[in-house]
Amino acid sequence: MQSPVFRSARGVANWMDPASTLGIMAVAVALLMIGGHFDLSAGVLTGTTALTVGIVAVEFRQNLWIGIGVALLVALAVGFFNGWLVTRTGLPSFIITLGTFLMLQGLNVGLTKLFTDTVTVGGIDDVPGYAAAEWIFASRLSIAGTEFRVAILWWLLFTALATWVLLRTRFGNWVFATGGDEVAARNVGVPARRTTITLFMTTATAAWFVGTTLAVRLTSVQANTGTGQELIYIVAAVIGGCLLTGGFGSAIGASLGALIFGMTQLGIPYLHWDADWFYFFLGAMLLLAVLANRLVRRYAEAARR
Amino acid sequence: MTGASSGVGGGSALLELRDVGKDYGTVVALDGITTTVRAGEVTCVLGDNGAGKSTLIKILAGVHRPDRGEMLLDGAQVSFGAPREALDAGIATVYQDLAMIPLMAIWRNFFLGAEPTRGWGPFRRFDAGRARGVTRAALAEMGIDIRDPAQPVGTLSGGERQSVAIARAVHFGARVLILDEPTSALGVKQAGVVLRYVAQARDRGVGVVLITHNPHHAYPVGDRFLVLNRGRSLGSFAKADVSRDELTGLMAGGAELEQLAHEIERPHSRAD
Repeated sequence: MQSPVFRSARGVANWMDPASTLGIMAVAVALLMIGGHFDLSAGVLTGTTALTVGIVAVEFRQNLWIGIGVALLVALAVGFFNGWLVTRTGLPSFIITLGTFLMLQGLNVGLTKLFTDTVTVGGIDDVPGYAAAEWIFASRLSIAGTEFRVAILWWLLFTALATWVLLRTRFGNWVFATGGDEVAARNVGVPARRTTITLFMTTATAAWFVGTTLAVRLTSVQANTGTGQELIYIVAAVIGGCLLTGGFGSAIGASLGALIFGMTQLGIPYLHWDADWFYFFLGAMLLLAVLANRLVRRYAEAARR
Repeated sequence: MTGASSGVGGGSALLELRDVGKDYGTVVALDGITTTVRAGEVTCVLGDNGAGKSTLIKILAGVHRPDRGEMLLDGAQVSFGAPREALDAGIATVYQDLAMIPLMAIWRNFFLGAEPTRGWGPFRRFDAGRARGVTRAALAEMGIDIRDPAQPVGTLSGGERQSVAIARAVHFGARVLILDEPTSALGVKQAGVVLRYVAQARDRGVGVVLITHNPHHAYPVGDRFLVLNRGRSLGSFAKADVSRDELTGLMAGGAELEQLAHEIERPHSRAD
């Protein structure tokens, strides 16, 4: 039943690849979940940013870096809008980001059709600035004779950075506090509103990074890119130990969640199983993780009185 | 104005309320409240549910501005527009159940909102080593024995949590410490532990405002008692001028309580 390819260096490079882009998103989504919120628009935003890169560069004949810059501004605006609306209205972020998710899904297809008359933006590799962008977002590194994509490196870097921010900065302390008990946090002077908005903008920035990586790597982007991925980010974060109720979790855990995900996604074909088993496995992992997380919370709140 | 000016502990008046009142729309929530908080003294605010205790806390803590009367800090008139302003003036409030984040470590909670940092620019970071050390020292100074400052606050008992919150307020230089029902959810033993830390804070020169509906908790530790009923003051007493029973009677509205006692007792005596 075991596949020797899976454990070879080439195999590792294979299953690390889907884990890396997923992992970058899962880490950002984990920060947001620790801060007590969800972002359902994160998946479709990777598509929005990828399409923006393509449309600005190809259809408006700009340098690719201008496209990448515009995409970043779009992402930051969406993130700010989500965060601002959530903190202003006090409505569940689940509903608010469901709204932005649907709006962006419509905009992605609508605007792509408007500018290209098709549902694809292509030819990104013919645009000036592509070589430098490819070097940063989509180059391949050779380690021990095996080619790894650079996204894996970025993923490790972002995981380390997020871990440091969570555990060793004031902002990290505020994230845990805002997610743990927002009223209490505000009572002791934590800028909870600013923390929440920053977290939404962080998730959006991660979506921009992944969207740009997709656009540069694939050189053509479908209008439905990223749709449906948002739940997978949340699943990875929960498998990694984030509580659905906020206030607890880690960036490394979310990365491990993404890793398990990548291994499963490629492991099942290696075993010549039907790909449908992947979703069964994913669902089972999610349930197990939620049950385990509940025990953690119980332990922490057991001796309240 | 009963007894409001008679000093007990001899400390200087830190905080003074003169005829303070607050309305919510057409409802008078609080009216004609006069009392003094002195350094090294415990001022107890007693009252049943709906007496106006929480409105009074919110005025002292800077959540609400009073509609009438004046508030004096060190003899100078003050008006707080936000909790942060009251905190900066040295008035710290420990709320009943909202003082701590249960899933976070004690040392993280202790410095929440006031984290010490080191380094500069993008490398400015939370000085976790110092935070741990200071937390341990500050708790030890108040005589609070915590096994491990890294354990989540949720694993502490209610009394321990209140004690940590009090130690935190004292450490951050509170001159006036407002405690909102610190003993209400606690058993007898736990309540006693919390009252001991209230006395500790008092002995360190903090002016304590203890809000409670339990005269048995208030009387041993209090120096001055302000009794509220339906938003009005039933008097402000120095400890020498009032007994525990008088205080209990006042709170429940004296005659009302006696009447109630009769009503409750009668069927019992018949059944026997």
